[in-house]
Amino acid sequence: MEWEVVIGLEVHAQLSTQSKIFSGAPTAYGAAPNTQACAVDIALPGVLPVMNKGATERAIKFGLAVGAKINRTSVFARKNYFYPDLPKGYQISQYELPIVEGGTLTIQVGDQEKTIRITRAHLEEDAGKSLHEDFHGMTGIDLNRASTPLLEIVSEPDMRGSAEAVAYAKTLHSLVQYLEICDGNMQEGSFRCDANVSVRPMGTDKLGTRCEIKNLNSFRFLERAVEYEVARQIEIIEAGGKIAQETRLYDSDKDETRSMRSKEEAFDYRYFPDPDLLPMKISEAMIEEIQRTLPELPQAKHARFMREFGLSSYDASVLTASRDMAAYFELVVSQTGAAQAKAAANWVMGDLAGALKRDGLEITHSPVSPGQLAGLVRRIADNTISGKIAKEVFEALWAGEGDADAIIEAKGLKQITDTGAIEKIIDGIIAANPDQLAQYRSGKDKLFSFFIGQAMKATQGKANPQQLNDLLKKKLAG
Amino acid sequence: MINNSLKQLAAALAAKKTSSRELTQTYLARIEQLNPELNAFITVDAEKSLTQADAADKLLAAGRGEVLTGIPIAQKDIFCAQGWRTTCGSKMLGNFIAPYDAHVIQRFNEAGAVNLGKTNMDEFAMGSSNETSYFGQVKNPWDKLAVPGGSSGGSAAAVAARLCPAATGTDTGGSIRQPAALTGITGIKPTYGVVSRYGMIAFASSLDQGGPMAKSAEDCALLLNTMAGFDTRDSTSLDRPVEDYARDLAQPLAGLKIGLPKEYFAAGLAPDVAQTIEAAIAEYKKLGAQVVEISLPNTQLSIPVYYVLAPAEASSNLARYDGVRYGYRAPEYKDLTDMYQKTRAQGFGAEVKRRILIGTYVLSAGYYDAYYLKAQKLRRLIAQDFTDAFKQCDVIMGPTTPTTAFNLGEKSNDPVSMYLSDIYTIAVNLAGLPGMSIPVGFGANKRPVGLQIIGNYFSEAKMLNVAHQYQLATDWHQRMPDAIA
Repeated sequence: MEWEVVIGLEVHAQLSTQSKIFSGAPTAYGAAPNTQACAVDIALPGVLPVMNKGATERAIKFGLAVGAKINRTSVFARKNYFYPDLPKGYQISQYELPIVEGGTLTIQVGDQEKTIRITRAHLEEDAGKSLHEDFHGMTGIDLNRASTPLLEIVSEPDMRGSAEAVAYAKTLHSLVQYLEICDGNMQEGSFRCDANVSVRPMGTDKLGTRCEIKNLNSFRFLERAVEYEVARQIEIIEAGGKIAQETRLYDSDKDETRSMRSKEEAFDYRYFPDPDLLPMKISEAMIEEIQRTLPELPQAKHARFMREFGLSSYDASVLTASRDMAAYFELVVSQTGAAQAKAAANWVMGDLAGALKRDGLEITHSPVSPGQLAGLVRRIADNTISGKIAKEVFEALWAGEGDADAIIEAKGLKQITDTGAIEKIIDGIIAANPDQLAQYRSGKDKLFSFFIGQAMKATQGKANPQQLNDLLKKKLAG
Repeated sequence: MINNSLKQLAAALAAKKTSSRELTQTYLARIEQLNPELNAFITVDAEKSLTQADAADKLLAAGRGEVLTGIPIAQKDIFCAQGWRTTCGSKMLGNFIAPYDAHVIQRFNEAGAVNLGKTNMDEFAMGSSNETSYFGQVKNPWDKLAVPGGSSGGSAAAVAARLCPAATGTDTGGSIRQPAALTGITGIKPTYGVVSRYGMIAFASSLDQGGPMAKSAEDCALLLNTMAGFDTRDSTSLDRPVEDYARDLAQPLAGLKIGLPKEYFAAGLAPDVAQTIEAAIAEYKKLGAQVVEISLPNTQLSIPVYYVLAPAEASSNLARYDGVRYGYRAPEYKDLTDMYQKTRAQGFGAEVKRRILIGTYVLSAGYYDAYYLKAQKLRRLIAQDFTDAFKQCDVIMGPTTPTTAFNLGEKSNDPVSMYLSDIYTIAVNLAGLPGMSIPVGFGANKRPVGLQIIGNYFSEAKMLNVAHQYQLATDWHQRMPDAIA
């Protein structure tokens, strides 16, 4: 039988506020345990939560970006359960009335576009961390992360395979960084996914029983976990078994998912509105203000790059995948002119991206400025240097040896475009290689590249390739 | 001196007739003498109190004293006070030293008042007799066989026995007004949101409200001036202009319209209490007030509604007492679940457990709509009753409690009967309205009777005026139990 995979994702994006969602303690990552947890975070008797307006603004920003409804009144609810790293014995979240409802996200899978529906996005606080190592069989509790603001973004079960799930997660990951509401740092847990996975016979409508895989903190783990889970479910059903609704964990070492708790063991969270926080009212003025500050979104930018710069959909999507890369590219093009946009795109996506990756740098810390790269592109366009020489110039730019023009000047890399000079060099080479000339003239066309090589060697690669080509052909023909 | 008003004490301090140290020592001596039997205080720390007194004396000497500077105030042990053991009447917090000040404590400190000690209370403020305290029952100074009421029973007994000039309380379903009534003192629960709950250990967050307990309405007004005020740390605190709650004390009562809810004078009200209340109403008529009968038709619903909502919130509020970070932890356990179970089984008393169980039940999947949601809807109806009533009157009056103080042990094994003793006070919390109790005489057994005054939202100044005018005309508030004089 053919099976259809059905996936819905719940993404927890940590909002980039300086302080926590319900207290004034800092959210900075990596401090010594329990040094960034204040009285409210550790839930001392008598403390009360106060909503961080910055978190609300970021949630609204997200809602507007995905075309969702912003609820003018939303309600914080308590999700009650006992766990040592949950200091209050409940998590403050949103349940019946989240701040964001509806909306869509368009993803690109190969050359196909697909729209994924978003169910809701709600504000909540993170829990602390339980540390099981180094405590001689006891558990250590670090509450630095407690009350860190999260936006939980829940999708509809609209994805039909791991590729779509990963594309959705990546698109969302890029969007929250575009909006500057989340730093997207997956190693530090700023962006993590839970995947709801089920399968059903192709062509049927009824959803199969789903399993939820918790805490996937890389796109690769998401892909692997979904694929393992799909295979596991199909195998069970095909063997005549039934899927048990449960929560599962992905073990990246063993590359498998395993059961964490069954539906029967699921908690009754006893949600109820948090009496310590009044229903959150959002004014039209606040929404309008945030709307005004909304940046151009990846999808709009993608369309504009294709339209204004004549880029392919692929190039446009690579360049708009991160806001910083798109901004860099636009700065380059603003100095080269749109006619050189394709060349600029190739440099940004090719040599620059490669060098950044090699040296482990973010594009915002690129040693080659957009102006410098534009200078390089301009010198290729006006035939001052060849594409080949340009790579040498780029390495010099990377090494901080000055602007393109200065490097070309200092290293004498200017292209030879004087026909007479090139002819003179060709004549010398032909004279020095009579055997090869004879063979070429007797039909061994392949030797053309031998002559090109000799000429390039003689000019240290500086001869204009097109001119050299044309002149050499003429001379060899005799 | 022990019968002096706060104003008189402030005047004596300003005139150097006494010092804060002397005043504090006087009350510490009374506590030492009388507290072993009354058990009104859980924690007394003479050194800490006297350090504050000396600081106050310096302020007074420098002429920088305010109304409460140097005056010792007893604090209900529900308010976190930095460096003080803050138990909330529970074994669970028997070893908890608060590392921060509640907003209320901070305000008293800023006013230069002296913290005289932490008063006894029902465990986590759950009780109407002070018998659920882990630290033992409090005796009513008027009759050692009687309960002082609860949950602010320690504060009430301390004021009644003149172990302090004034005290703080909190009121979730009557916990200021009921013990005030049962011990013959004056107490006011302000409008919800007037006094910050920051640092006040939560029982039922949507109902809890701190307030003063003192010998008179005038004293309560001065205390409320210090306790009230907007606090950014409490999201339910109301950002309103600062008020002087004593501003209207001298206003005459001519033309005052008093509403008497017929439901408050129906079956269940003890005849001696009814007579005493009627006499008080007659006194008000003499002062120029008019009386209208009103109806609060949903009064009977207030107890069931309260006993769904308050336990629901409590079951969640008390989840933090898990033995992980502070407070009591069972000495022996085999794993995490066992640690939770033993800690909470050993750390909480029976009444607290009962309410956690009720609260957990009413919030459970499948029961939420039938209980919690339904109760929220009824809560709105109860509040609407008052809104309608205040179209006909300025204040509502009635008995604070159906009977005078009952005997220790009389109701401790009959929770429903105990809950019913709060029938007149609970609706006020559900509506978020201000309510107060003033002493208006004694019942057949010579135990005090309290008159409840319920005002519209933010009418505390008016209520205090209404109470003060009565206290100018009568002396019930100045009576003292013979045993402690």
